[in-house]
Amino acid sequence: MDVSIILILLLAGTLVTLFSGKAAGKVALAFGLLALGASVALLTKFNAHQNIGCLGVWMENPQIYFALNGDGLSLAMVLLTTSLLPIIMYSTFGSEVKNPSSFYALILFMGFAMVGTFLAADGFLYYIFWELALIPIYFIALNWGNGDAKERQKAVVKFFIYTFAGSLFMLASFAYLYTKAGNFLIGNLSALSLSADEQFWIFLGFFAAYAIKIPLIPFHTWQAAVYQKAPTAGTMLLSGIMLKMGLYSVLRWQLPIAPYAAKTFMTIFIVFGIAGTIYGSIVALRQKDLKKLLAYSSLAHVGLIAAGAYTLTVDGLRGAVLQMISHGFVIVGLFFAAEVIFRRYQTREISEMGGIRVQAPKFTSMFMILVLASVALPSTFNFVGEFTVLYGLSSINIWFPILGGLTIILGAYYMLKMFQNVMLGEANPKPFADITFQEGLTMGVIIAVLFFFGLYPKPIVDMITPSIEQILSYTHKL
Amino acid sequence: MNTLLAITGIGVLCLLFEIANLRKAIVPFTVVALLGTLGITLSDYGTVHSHYNNMIVTNNFSVSFSALFIVLTIFLVALSGDFYRKTEAKISDFVSIKIFLLAGAVAMVSFGNLSMFFLGIEVLSISLYILAASQRLNIRSNEAGMKYFLMGSFASGIILFGICLIYGAMGTFDIQEISELTGSAELPEWFFIGIVLLTIGMLFKIAAVPFHFWAPDVYEGSPTLTTAVMSTLTKVVAMAAFYKLLTGMNANISYEYEMVIMVVSIASMTVGNIMALRQTNAKRMLAFSGISHAGFMLMTLLNITSSAGTLLYYASAYALAGIAAFAVILYVCRDKENEDIYNFNGLGKTRPVLAAVLTAALLSMAGIPIFAGFFAKFALFSQTIKAGYLVMVIAAVINSIISVGYYFKLILAMYTKDSTEEATKVPVVFYAVGVLSILINIAIGLYPSFVINLIK
Repeated sequence: MDVSIILILLLAGTLVTLFSGKAAGKVALAFGLLALGASVALLTKFNAHQNIGCLGVWMENPQIYFALNGDGLSLAMVLLTTSLLPIIMYSTFGSEVKNPSSFYALILFMGFAMVGTFLAADGFLYYIFWELALIPIYFIALNWGNGDAKERQKAVVKFFIYTFAGSLFMLASFAYLYTKAGNFLIGNLSALSLSADEQFWIFLGFFAAYAIKIPLIPFHTWQAAVYQKAPTAGTMLLSGIMLKMGLYSVLRWQLPIAPYAAKTFMTIFIVFGIAGTIYGSIVALRQKDLKKLLAYSSLAHVGLIAAGAYTLTVDGLRGAVLQMISHGFVIVGLFFAAEVIFRRYQTREISEMGGIRVQAPKFTSMFMILVLASVALPSTFNFVGEFTVLYGLSSINIWFPILGGLTIILGAYYMLKMFQNVMLGEANPKPFADITFQEGLTMGVIIAVLFFFGLYPKPIVDMITPSIEQILSYTHKL
Repeated sequence: MNTLLAITGIGVLCLLFEIANLRKAIVPFTVVALLGTLGITLSDYGTVHSHYNNMIVTNNFSVSFSALFIVLTIFLVALSGDFYRKTEAKISDFVSIKIFLLAGAVAMVSFGNLSMFFLGIEVLSISLYILAASQRLNIRSNEAGMKYFLMGSFASGIILFGICLIYGAMGTFDIQEISELTGSAELPEWFFIGIVLLTIGMLFKIAAVPFHFWAPDVYEGSPTLTTAVMSTLTKVVAMAAFYKLLTGMNANISYEYEMVIMVVSIASMTVGNIMALRQTNAKRMLAFSGISHAGFMLMTLLNITSSAGTLLYYASAYALAGIAAFAVILYVCRDKENEDIYNFNGLGKTRPVLAAVLTAALLSMAGIPIFAGFFAKFALFSQTIKAGYLVMVIAAVINSIISVGYYFKLILAMYTKDSTEEATKVPVVFYAVGVLSILINIAIGLYPSFVINLIK
C-alpha cells in the first residue's frame, strides 16, 4: 500500500457521490473518513520506516512520471487535508444544501486535487493537480455561494483568472526546467546547477503562482471578496487547505530548485510576508462583516507563515509547517462559528449580533477557545507554530520577530474586540438556540486537536523535521 | 491515395442516394463509410507511397492529419442530419459538399506537387463558399458567402501567383525537387518572393492577423454548421498545409522569416483575444478565439524541424474541443434568431450534460489540465523555449490568461443565470457528438504521447 490509495479513494468517492442522489452527504463523509483512515494507516507504515512513496512512468515522451512523495512533510499535509475534509463535510449537515450530490462530489474532488498537489513529486503531475484544484472551488463558490449573484460572479472570476495567471508563470518555469533536466522529478530539478540569473527568473515564476495563492500582499485582492461570497464549506476549503498549497509549494518546490535566489533575496520576501501580517491585522480591525474579518486575519497569519518559510532556517520552516497545520484547524473552526451564528441570525454583520452569551453558554465557551487559539494562547497548537516561526525570524534579524510579533498583539485586539461585539453585551432580543450535537461535535473535534498538539507537538515535529532538513540541505550547499 | 479515392466515391454515392430516394440513409451511410475510410487511411501508417509522378505522396504526416480530418468530418456530418431538417434543398447536397471538402483537405496534406496543392485548396475553398452561402433566403448567409468568396479568391490568386514565381525560379512544381534545389544552388530571388506570396495566401486562409478581417463576419453570417466546419476543420487543414509547404520546400530557414512569423503569431493571439473579450455573440467569439489559436499554432513554425507532432496534437486538441462546443451551440441556437450569449443562460440547470460538455470544451481551449488543450499548450511552450524564443512564450502565456476571460463568460451564463424558456427535447446526436469528442479530447489529454509520437 502506498500513498496513491488516498487519491484513488477520493476519486472513487467523487464518482460514487455524484450518483448517490439524496444520500450524497453521508456517502461523501464515509469516503472522507475512509481516506482519513487510509492516511492514518500510512502514517503507521511511515513511522515503521517503510517506503510509502510511489513511482511509475506516465508518459515516455515528454518524460513524465507518476511520482508521489512519501516523506513526512507531504504526509503531514495529507493528514491535514484528510482530517479537515470530513470535518468540513460534516459541518454542512446542519443546513440545507441544494443539489447535494454535485456539491459533495465537488468537495471530494477538491480534496483529491489538493492531496495530489501535496503528494506529487513530478513537477508536471504537481502542476496538473494544482490547476485541477481550481475548478471545483470555482463551481462551489459560484453555485452555492451567497450574496448578490453579480458580485459573486465578479469575485469568483477574478479569483480564477488571478490564480490561473499566476500558475501559468509557474508552468513557464517548469517548461524551462524541463529543457534543462529532461524530466520533472523534484530530485533531478533540485540537483540542477542553475546560474544566478536562471534561478532568479525561475524563482519569480514560482513566486507569481504562490504569492497569489497564499496570498501575500499586494496579490491578495481576490481573497476577502471570495471568502465572503463563497459558501462556508468553500471558505473552509480555501482558507483551511488551499492556501497551504501555496505555502507548502514554497517549501517543496521553490526553495530547493532556486536556493541561491531564495538566499539572495531572502530579506525582500520576508518583508513581503511581514508586511502582509501587519496590513492584514490593521484591515481586520476595520471589518464589519464577520467572514471578511476572518479572511483578513487569515491574510495576517499566512503572511507570517510565508515569512517563516523564507528564513531558510530549520526553526523557521518547522514553525511554518506547524503553523500551517494549526491555522488550518483554527480557521475552519472560526468560519464554522460564523456559520453557526448565520444559521440563527441570517446575517454576517457584526453590528447586528451581540448578547449571544446569555442565550448560548456552550457555544460561547467553544467560540472563546477558538478565538484564543487563533491569537496563539500558550498551550494551543497555534502558540507552538507562531512561537517557532518568530524564533526562526529572530535568527535573521531581530526586527523581524518584533514586527511579526505585532500580529499577536493586533490579533488579540481585533479578535477579542470581535468576540466582545458578537457574543457579549446586553442580551439580544432575537432568540439564539444553543448549539446542536452536530455543531458541538464539529467544534469539539477541532478544539481537541488544537489542544492535543498544543501540549504535545512532538509527533508532528518528528515527522516533518527530516524533510525540512533535506530541503535546507540544498540551500546549505551554497 | 486510396483515402482520396474512397472519399470522392462517398461523395458521389451521396448524390446517387438522393436519386435512389434513400434520403434517410445518407447521414448514417456517410458516417459508416467515413469510418471505413479512416480504417483504410490508418492502414497506410508507417509506409511512404508516391502516386502519379509524385502528385500524391502519403507518409506519416499526411496519414495522421488525414485521419484527424476524417474524424472531424464524421462529427460534422453526424450533426448535419438535424441541422438541415428544415431546409428545402436536398440534404445530399450539403453532405456531399462536406465530403468533397474533405477530399480537398486530404489533398492539401498529401500533395507532392504544388499543382496538386493548389487543386486541393481550391476544392476546399469552393466547397466552403457554397456552404457559407447555403441559406439562400438568409441575407446574412448571402453576405457571408459573398465576402468569403471575394476575399478567398483573392487569396487563392495570390497563392497561385506565388506558385508561378516559384516555378519560374525552380523550373518545377515538384516539392521534392524544389527542396533539393534550395539546398544546393544560389537561389534566384523570385523564389523568395514566391514564398512570401504563398505565405500571405496561407495566412489569409488560416485567418491570422493582419489577414483576419473576413473571419468574424463570415463566421457570424454563415449557417452555424458551416461555421463549425470553418473554425475546426478548415483552420486545421490550412495550418497543416502551410506547415507541409514550408517543410517540404525547405523555405523557412532565414531568420527574418521567423521574425515575421513571430510578429504575426503574437499579433494574432493578442488581437484575437482582445476582440473576443468584447463579443456578445458566441459564434463571433469563437471566431476571434480561433484567430488567437491560429497564432498559437503558428508558433510551431519557429521550431519547424521537430514540431510536426506538436502541431498535430494542438490541432487535434483545438478541433475536438471546437466540435464539442459547436455541438452544444448548434443545439442551443437551433431555432433562434441569433447566437447571443444570453441564449445559454441557465443551461447548467436545464441541460446539465450539454453544459458540462461546453464547459469542458472551453476549459480545454483555455488550457486547463487534464484536457488536451493544456497539454498542447505545454508542449508548444516547452518546444518554443527550447528553440530560444522566450519572448514568444511570455506573450503566449499572457494571452492564455486573457483568453480565460471570455471563455468564462459563457460558463458563467450557463451556471449563474436563470433560463428564460422551457427546455426542448435534445436529439441524441448532440449528446453523442459532444460527449464523444470531449472524451477523445480527455483521452489524448491523459496520453499525449500517443498523438505526439505519430509523426516523428
